[in-house]
Amino acid sequence: MSTLEIRNLQVTVETENGTKEILRGVDLTVKSGETHAIMGPNGSGKSTLAYSIAGHPKYTVTGGTVTLDGEDVLAMSVDERARAGLFLAMQYPVEVPGVTVSNFLRTAKTAVDGEAPKLRTWVKDVKAAMGDLRMDPSFAERNVNEGFSGGEKKRHEILQMELLKPKVAVLDETDSGLDVDALRIVSEGVNRVKDSTDVGVLLITHYTRILRYIKPDFVHVFVDGRIVEEGGPELADRLESEGYDRYVGASA
Amino acid sequence: MSLLAEKNPAQSAASHTDSAEAFVPDQSRAERRTSYSVADFPVPGGREEEWRFTPVDRLKGLFAEEGSTEGAVTVATDAPEGVEVLELAMDDERVGSAYRPADRAAVTAYAGAAKALYVGVPNEAELVAPVFVRVTGHAGRDNAHLVVDAGRHSKATVVLEHSGTGEHTAGVEIRVGDGADLTFVTVQEWDDDAIHVAQNDALIGRDAHLRHITVTLGGEIVRVSTNARYSGPGGSFEGLGVYFADAGQHQEHRLFVDHEAPHCHSNVEYKGALQGETAHTVWVGDVLIRASAEGTDTYELNRNLILDDGARADSIPNLEIETGEIVGAGHASATGRFDDEQLFYLQARGIPEDVARRLVVRGFFASVVARIGVPEVSERLMAAIDVELGGTAAADADLVEVSS
Ligand SMILES: Nc1ncnc2c1ncn2[C@@H]1O[C@H](COP(=O)(O)OP(=O)(O)O)[C@@H](O)[C@H]1O
Ligand SMILES: [Mg+2]
Repeated sequence: MSTLEIRNLQVTVETENGTKEILRGVDLTVKSGETHAIMGPNGSGKSTLAYSIAGHPKYTVTGGTVTLDGEDVLAMSVDERARAGLFLAMQYPVEVPGVTVSNFLRTAKTAVDGEAPKLRTWVKDVKAAMGDLRMDPSFAERNVNEGFSGGEKKRHEILQMELLKPKVAVLDETDSGLDVDALRIVSEGVNRVKDSTDVGVLLITHYTRILRYIKPDFVHVFVDGRIVEEGGPELADRLESEGYDRYVGASA
Repeated sequence: MSLLAEKNPAQSAASHTDSAEAFVPDQSRAERRTSYSVADFPVPGGREEEWRFTPVDRLKGLFAEEGSTEGAVTVATDAPEGVEVLELAMDDERVGSAYRPADRAAVTAYAGAAKALYVGVPNEAELVAPVFVRVTGHAGRDNAHLVVDAGRHSKATVVLEHSGTGEHTAGVEIRVGDGADLTFVTVQEWDDDAIHVAQNDALIGRDAHLRHITVTLGGEIVRVSTNARYSGPGGSFEGLGVYFADAGQHQEHRLFVDHEAPHCHSNVEYKGALQGETAHTVWVGDVLIRASAEGTDTYELNRNLILDDGARADSIPNLEIETGEIVGAGHASATGRFDDEQLFYLQARGIPEDVARRLVVRGFFASVVARIGVPEVSERLMAAIDVELGGTAAADADLVEVSS
């Protein structure tokens, strides 16, 4: 049983025009087995929240706390956070030329587990997970994200989630840019991890579409760097019909 | 397929370290002088086209016409059976036929060499193991000349390794007989204070293939000029290079592929990483397609990865085309900074920073390393790069393998 606790998180970023305040006090608690959807318009700070949890150096935390089972996440380096059990499926995964998927996955698994996986079972696990995500076996020998289509990148992110088995996974717009088939395959992947482990999920999305496949327990509406409304799955239905206009208008 | 040289769009990303588009040669490579007479090459002052990037003030010793210091080097050879390894007088007919000094250091090397080392691979021999020539520098000046003579239809690998210290000027002469397939590797793993200026001349026979590989890791100043010519149609030259420059190091690689025979092929790929504020690398890739060289297919590429601010990589591809009847000609040059987003991505998967850096740098070199084809060389190279990056080679050696 794990708990990710975010308290009054405030984050800025340096821009050409000086320091810009993006997160203005975010409060959120994600427990094992729970799925939280964070929904908000473009530019509201959703990715900033995801990157700040993961420790991206571009973002400066100016206030608040983030803890995982009481441990101070903000004091950890990026890789320590991942080894502590946090995972971020990126909105825009980067290419790493010359590093194969198979080498990358094995290196990551070894780092997260603190020991190299047993070769036999590992190869089998990777194959099975790739098969489930309808990824061709030849993917393993391609370079990380190099020449991947948008959908392939997202499947590759979820593949990592399946193999690394995090305590809490943040999925940053994993649904964006996917056609219906790919969305279903990726969602099934997330659901498999939810079923087989106790992962807590923070699902960041702009659209309600993915929530037909991945059922959230909680929905948070995110506008202008903070959570402005919270509720159950029914809140998503309301956003579907009403959009964000109401909140954007209110906060302006 | 394009007649025009194409430029890689990536090169504008770091224009301050990339001089590729700025340079317009004032003289065709065809007009560059070659001569065996020292008097034909005045001591460079540093403004000459071929010396303008080089710290010539530190090469004064090598520019002087002088014999080798007694005991300056030891040379060890290790060759499979059937290979001829001889010491030859400089006036032996097997010396100099494929070599033409093209600058001051090359001509003082030739004039100052007391003898040549000759490695001969008999016609049609297929060597089961590489030939190794290991040069260890102790102190003082050395003038060296090596002849590699691959007989027709032979297949061989020759590895020339340099380590130790001293001031070295050297000529390497590579004759690839008709139909032969030769891999030649020159490894510069000198101590921090060594100086090494070398000219490698290759003459590639009809339908022959030369894979020429340069690996430069150590030394204060290392400058390797490689010139490839073809003695008949159908020849191919593959020029591969990997270099890693630390603070205070100057590494310079110059290539000149002279296409005169028709239907020949050349492909050059050099990749370098720079670490430390004062690291400086230079890559110059000249390709000349003469009017007679119909059916030529050529491509050259140089990429540099800057790991620290202040390091400087000059990269100058230059393509001269005198006939329209070619298959293809192109070049690309790009210098970029180490990508922190790649590092973040890997670290976000739990991979510690030092391992992540090694993965990225190894990945950067992978496309060249995968083409080296000599396991003894590529494995040592990767281990050496790990050491450069401050890791221990063995600790995670099996974590980071190489792909193409
Ligand atoms: N690295 C950055 N540099 C400058 N501005 C940034 C940076 N990252 C985010 N921003 C700005 O912060 C705001 C929130 O961005 P982001 O977190 O990406 O929003 P979302 O993911 O909700 O679309 C936007 O106005 C964006 O332009
Ligand atoms: Mg976003």
